Amino acid sequence: MGPRRMFEPGTSVSVKKLQPPGHVRTPTYLRGKTGIIERAIRPFKNPEQLAYGLPAGEKYLYRVRFDMAEIWGSAEVPGDTVDAEIYEHWLEEMS
Amino acid sequence: MSKSPSTDPARRWHDMGGDPAGEIPMDGHDFALWEKRVDALMILGSLKGHFTVDGLRRALEDMGEDAFETMTYYERWVAAVNQNLIEAGVYSLEELATKMAEIKSRGETYGAAQDV
Amino acid sequence: MPHDHAEHLSPSGHPYRQDNDGPLTYWQTMEIAIRELMIEKGEVSAAEVTAQIEAMDARSPANGAAVVARAWTDPDFKARLLDDASAASREMGFDIGPMNLLAVENTSDVHNLIVCTLCSCYPRNLLGLPPDWYKTREYRSRAVREPRAVLREFGVQLPETKTVRVHDSTADMRYIVLPARPSGTENLDTHALAALVTRDSMIGTGLPKDPA
Repeated sequence: MGPRRMFEPGTSVSVKKLQPPGHVRTPTYLRGKTGIIERAIRPFKNPEQLAYGLPAGEKYLYRVRFDMAEIWGSAEVPGDTVDAEIYEHWLEEMS
Repeated sequence: MSKSPSTDPARRWHDMGGDPAGEIPMDGHDFALWEKRVDALMILGSLKGHFTVDGLRRALEDMGEDAFETMTYYERWVAAVNQNLIEAGVYSLEELATKMAEIKSRGETYGAAQDV
Repeated sequence: MPHDHAEHLSPSGHPYRQDNDGPLTYWQTMEIAIRELMIEKGEVSAAEVTAQIEAMDARSPANGAAVVARAWTDPDFKARLLDDASAASREMGFDIGPMNLLAVENTSDVHNLIVCTLCSCYPRNLLGLPPDWYKTREYRSRAVREPRAVLREFGVQLPETKTVRVHDSTADMRYIVLPARPSGTENLDTHALAALVTRDSMIGTGLPKDPA
């Protein structure tokens, strides 16, 4: 059985501010930033294991929507956004 | 092209979203036969289960920023495919080295070096 | 001496680079070696390599344009496309392999833009290989921070009343923009509509052509 869905659309989440040295799919510019779950996609095999040819368990993948101003401190036009796919183990629910 | 301005050692070079950069170069080129063959070997190696795209990306990232700046796209990809095939044990470094030396002796150009 | 493609032009009418006749490079030597070793070891056949190249060459923005034109004229198909773009593409007969495709819709209020900041992920199994600019440091770095400035370089000036949504292909999904149908196209059939859909309009760096 794969991992269960932890976050529903609309949930406010923050991206963990971690800095591992290897292959990860969470871009630095989003680490430490807060966004909203745009949709829960589905589980995929963990690319952080696949990248090294290792057995890979599944991790749930989400699309998270970030406000430009949250990421950069300002936006060309308020309300513009960046959506990115982030794996569950990089996300924390905001209380 | 200039290198990433980041001085944070924990930020990897390929992770470039948001970096300042210049005007987008709009010039393009059509892919050469050897580049299309690299692309095909990448797809087929993956279909045969020897690596995933994640393994290729890992190899590309580990080549470092100099490779990104000095090698063409498919030069980096052929290196990544080779790295993953070596790691998967499809062939050995000895076999590769011997084969490459033999190919070089066939001729001076890509066309002449094909095994015909 | 074989010159197996020297006389051919690309689909866009440009000559191929003269790799066959230039000095053999280290990386070209490696490509030949990998291919021959894999064939010798029975991993692949020469025919499989050729077939794979032909399959990739057969993919082009025209495939995406056909999907877009169908979505413009068939509301049920558009709903299916927005629900599962992979299934909708396959329904139209396109072999997109295992690609997980997600379509994002441009409306009167929203303009979508696709980028991959970490590498150069692109919906290649539908649209073919990406343009060179998509893979550059300049596009990858700037699209998530100043998309409107990037769009201006592509000749697209958006009003501030329109929200820009950038999609960074960070993981397993690939994206295609469903552009808004241009006005004045009410009488066009799907074939004529597809001719208005450019590659860039499906990445978000362009808009569909206006009808002649």
